Parts: sequence; structure tokens; C-alpha cells
Amino acid sequence: MPRKLQLRESLREAMSEEMRRDETVFLMGEEVAEYNGAYKVSKGMLDEFGSKRVIDTPIAELGFAGIGVGAAMNGLRPIVEFMTWNFAVLAFDQIVNNAAKTLSQSAGQFNCPIVFRGPSGSAGQLAQQHSQTFESWMANVPGLKVVSCVHVGDAKGLLKSAIRDNDPVCVMESELLYGDVGEVPDGEYLVPIGVAAVRRSGKDVTIVSFNKMMKVVEAAAEELAKEGIEAEVIDLRTIRPLDHHAIVASVKKTNRLVVVDESWPFAGVSAEIAYEIQKYAFDYLDAPVTRVNSADTSLPYAENFVKAYLPNPEKVIKAVKEVMYVKK
Amino acid sequence: MTQVIRKKRGKSAAGSYDKGTWLNWYETMLLIRRFEEQTLKMYGQQKIRGFCHVYIGQEAIGAGLKTAIRPEDPLVTAYRLHGIALARGLTPRSCMAELFGKATGCVNGKGGSMHFFSKNHRFFGGNGIVGAQIPIGAGIALAEKYKGTDNLCVTMFGDGAARQGALYESFNMAMTWKLPVLFICENNQYAMGTSVERTSNVHDLYKIGAAFDMPSEPVDAMDPVAVHEALLKAAEHIRAGNGPYYLEMKTYRYKGHSVSDPAKYRTKEELNDYKSMDPVKVTEKRIVEGGIATAEEIKAIKDKIKEVVLDAVDFAEKSPYPDASELFTDNYMQEDYPYIKD
Ligand SMILES: Cc1ncc(C[n+]2csc(CCOP(=O)(O)OP(=O)(O)O)c2C)c(N)n1
Ligand SMILES: [Mg+2]
Repeated sequence: MPRKLQLRESLREAMSEEMRRDETVFLMGEEVAEYNGAYKVSKGMLDEFGSKRVIDTPIAELGFAGIGVGAAMNGLRPIVEFMTWNFAVLAFDQIVNNAAKTLSQSAGQFNCPIVFRGPSGSAGQLAQQHSQTFESWMANVPGLKVVSCVHVGDAKGLLKSAIRDNDPVCVMESELLYGDVGEVPDGEYLVPIGVAAVRRSGKDVTIVSFNKMMKVVEAAAEELAKEGIEAEVIDLRTIRPLDHHAIVASVKKTNRLVVVDESWPFAGVSAEIAYEIQKYAFDYLDAPVTRVNSADTSLPYAENFVKAYLPNPEKVIKAVKEVMYVKK
Repeated sequence: MTQVIRKKRGKSAAGSYDKGTWLNWYETMLLIRRFEEQTLKMYGQQKIRGFCHVYIGQEAIGAGLKTAIRPEDPLVTAYRLHGIALARGLTPRSCMAELFGKATGCVNGKGGSMHFFSKNHRFFGGNGIVGAQIPIGAGIALAEKYKGTDNLCVTMFGDGAARQGALYESFNMAMTWKLPVLFICENNQYAMGTSVERTSNVHDLYKIGAAFDMPSEPVDAMDPVAVHEALLKAAEHIRAGNGPYYLEMKTYRYKGHSVSDPAKYRTKEELNDYKSMDPVKVTEKRIVEGGIATAEEIKAIKDKIKEVVLDAVDFAEKSPYPDASELFTDNYMQEDYPYIKD
């Protein structure tokens, strides 16, 4: 019997189950233990696993990410939580120059089975430094895998797969989704890394997205359906490696593609998808691939900036009509 | 855990400072207190959104900065900045309007609570990334030295920020290059829910300076007199070309980390203990009991501040939002920058 859980609880189950089954898995980060997590993802985990395995760190992202990398090279499986990915920027040296490169540098002698996780993307009027989307940044780096969750049940399965993976995995969450309630299957539940999911089928246009932009896309698809336009909606789930087969298969059916991606447009996930599709489905396209991104700017504070900056259902509907050559 | 640095409180002779100075401290602190109370109220009414960290409890640091540091000295700090901005002379109107996200705010509604800036006040922000302003402050100081001024850069950070590697790198370079920088740690004892004791073996944060041979001292920062005197002494040292100075301001925040923090990690006793040293109330008492000013004069100040703060709220309320097209301004100096707009 599937249970109704919040996304934060689904992620917590994934970590707790993996920590029960594997002694080498541990969690570290700011406020994860005594405060029960800045967003309460790790609530109760200190009580169950103790301070050896649920570790509060000082505010020292570069340091504790590096400590995670060292521990991973020496036989442990750390889960490093960043309060948000904006702060992981301080730790990029360890993620990019070490976690991602250890296996190559050591000619396969040392791997780095580590999970870096935390929320990515805008979460209201948080202004320039606290509103950035990191899927594109991390997915640019060979050696890293990147997953991004929105579906409550799949979040558990993806995180469990990430923890068991023998490579470093970046897990992207969202502050705005932690309270979302959805079904989580009972028992062992793993979602493979590298496989996208079709969330809605349709014949007229394919819309690809991930993380909380899936909500925007689903709302847009509902509206479009009322006008008789049937959108097929794909949740990428994994950003790297990108499941372009799933997108190609859908585009072969719909002949039209819109990518909705909260990342900035330049050299982002949407750009990569557009490349893959023109390469592998060129003959099936009836319109240029179109995308809806956040604005090509930093995000200032005031409310109307947030509205203007982010993708929303109206912008998605407009893009869909563009690729369908529908007027109005 | 209550901090132990209190020996000087109440002992600094009222007589050694004139009435104007005392009232300046009092007014500055009261303005910050009342402003922040309105901030919390307006946040409750959702006029202010996003992350919002108030300065209540730490006002004496603002007061000391106002009297001991020159207006031409640059200053940079973190996101808990409303009180410092007011002490620097940013108007309550421009601060409240910024919190409301209005076009009349000190950064036109673009920064919000964490990112006030004011070139006129040599106020360099406003940093939301914990510790990031520490090297920036050293860099601002480098520029002052480079240009040959005798200004110093006030560089402020929290106890949590003191654990970032950026601090150690900056302390080292600032000392090696004798940069005119006044490092101030505002140790309010908590970084979100984490007490100073839980992040290090070194609980007296001023001791960090010793590793760099940087002159370093703890200060009773519930007392504006102690703050003022420590700042003056440090500033004199720096202006004489001796390089950095580091002060650990022992203080306390009466409210949670941000508006969304219930602050369950500390005891009522601890909070009450610090409330008994409330810098605003204690200073008021010292002024009245020391015969520096009359109760009527204090009342007049209170009335005036109340007026000023309500006026700021009214101003913010009535101000327009920035135009959404401003999203595409201020990202580049280049006027015709070709944004991707597809
Ligand atoms: C690099 C970074 N990591 C984490 C955060 C989240 N965060 C914001 S404030 C804060 C606590 C900082 O405490 P402290 O430096 O003591 O300053 P205070 O809030 O007490 O003024 C944390 C962890 C952040 N903004 N930046
Ligand atoms: Mg603090």
C-alpha cells in the first residue's frame, strides 16, 4: 500500500533506509542534526543514528565538502547536505576538482561515492544570491551525475540510487517542494539514474522539464487540454546522463518540443536538449525547438521581478502555441 | 551559555562624555529598536518578504560605530544589516522602502533585507553568503591604502562566519600587507541554531587573531560606551599605519535567526539574562539616573523616533514598485547589452 508522505519525508526515508542497510553511509551538513535540518529533511535522524552518523558542521562549505570527498575516497559513503546549492558554490573546488576527477586522476584506483544534496532554484523573494538554479552548472562537469526531483515517490527512489551509486551524484531538491504530499511505494523502491519519466501523454507537443518547473508545465498542460492541445510531458528526473532517447521517442510522435528549464538560458540544460534533438530527431521536427527559461539576469528582490523572471504557465502556453503555429 | 565579558558595564564614567554623545548613542539605538519592531510587524503583514534578519539586541554596536568611525570610512557587512545601515545614516525611509521592495528603497527594490548598499554612505553591502564580505572588506581596505587615504574599512561578520576559510585567508593577507581594515566579529552566540561552542574548540573568537599576530580584543557589546572606546582605540592603531585590528563584539540577538526561526535551541533563562542588560533600556537608565538628561527629554526623543519610524512605513507603503522592465537593468554597465530573450 503506497503511503502519502511529504517530499521531505520521502527524502528522509531514503537516507534512513540506506543508513540502516549500510554502515558506511552518513549525513553531514549545517543544522542537519540538532536543529533537525534547516528544512526539516533530516528530522529525527540524529535520534536514530547518533552524532557519529548525523553530523552538524560549522558554516564551512569548502571544508566539509572536502572532508566528505576524503571520507568517500577512504571507504565511506557520505551524504553532504548544503542548506541550498547557492552555498555549494564555496565548495565547487572540492566537487569539481576532486569528487569529479578523483577516479580519472588515480587511473581508477580511487572512486568517490558521495552524494551532494540540497535545494536548487528560486524560492520566493530571496534576491540575487539565494535564487540560483544549479542543474546546468553541475551537469556541465564530466565525472558528476545530476538528478533533480519533484515527484514525491521518485525522490526517494532517486536518492537511494544516488547513495548506492559508486560515482559522485548531485541531488537537486527545492525549498518550495519539501511540503508537497504524494504517494511513496512501500518496501524497497529504487528509481534508476539516467531514465526520464513520461508524466502525461499527448500527441500534439512534447514539453520537457524537471524540478519545480514540472508544476508550471503541468498547469500549462491542463490549460492547453481545455483548448484541445494535448501535450506530452516528460520529467527528466536525471539531468546527467541525459535520457535523450525518451525525448526523441516523444518528439517522433509529436514533432514539436518545448523545454521548460529554470536555469539561465546560456549553455544550459535547455540548450543541450535542443542540440540533442536537432541531432537525433531533425527529420521529425515540424518547428524549431523552443525553450522557456528564467530571465538572462540576476534575480532582484521585489515581487514583480520574481514574476517577470521565472517561467510560468502563460509563458509555457505561449511557447507551445508558437511551435504549433497557433495564433493568439 | 552567558558570556563573561561584562566587567566594565556601568563603570565607564558618564562624566567623560558630553550630553550630545550620550543622546546620540541612545537615539541611534532606539531608532534601530523601533525600526526593527516595525520590520517584524510589517513582515507579519507580508509587506516584507523573503529572508529577514533583525538587529534587536545588537544596537549598541551600531551606536558605537556612529560615534567612533568616520563617515568616510567604508563599511561592509553581512545580511543582518538594517541596524548598521541606519547607524551609517541611511534614512529610515530608504531602508523601509527597500524592505517593502519599492522603487524608492536604497537599492530601488532590487536587494531587499539582505542587500542594502549606499555609495553615498560608503556602505558596501549587504552580503548574503556567510563570510563572503571578509575578503571583500580587506580588498576595500587595500584600495584605500593604494589611494593613500587614512581611511579604514570596517568589515563585519557573525560568529558563524568566523568558521569560514575566507576569514583565515583574509586575516593572513591583511596582516602580511598591513591593510587598514577593522575586523569586527558580532558574536551573538548563535549561527542559526548552532551555538559557538558547538562549532569549534575556540569559544573566544577574538583569540583567532593571535595566530596572525593581529591585535585582537573582546568587547562588551551590550554597552555603547565600551563599543565606542574599543573602536576608537582600534581605529587609531589602524590609521597610524599599523595594519589590521580585530574586535570580538560579545552581543546577543533577542529574536530568532530570521523571522521564521522559533529559536528553541536556547533557554528562557539565557534570553532573560541578556534582556536584563538590554542596551537601550540600560542606557536610558544611565542617562536619567546620571542626570545627563531629564525624563522629559527622553520622552521627547521617544516621540520623535516613533514619528520617524511611522513616517518611514508610510513612505514605503505609498511608494511605487519598480517597473518589471528594470529586471534588465543593472546587470551590465554596457547599456545595450544583448540579453538572450528568446
Ligand atoms: C555560505 C553560506 N552558508 C550558509 C548560509 C545560510 N545561513 C545564513 S545565515 C547563517 C548563520 C550565520 O550566523 P552568523 O555568522 O553567526 O551571523 P548571525 O546570523 O548570527 O548574525 C547561515 C548558516 C549562507 N547564507 N551562506
Ligand atoms: Mg551569530
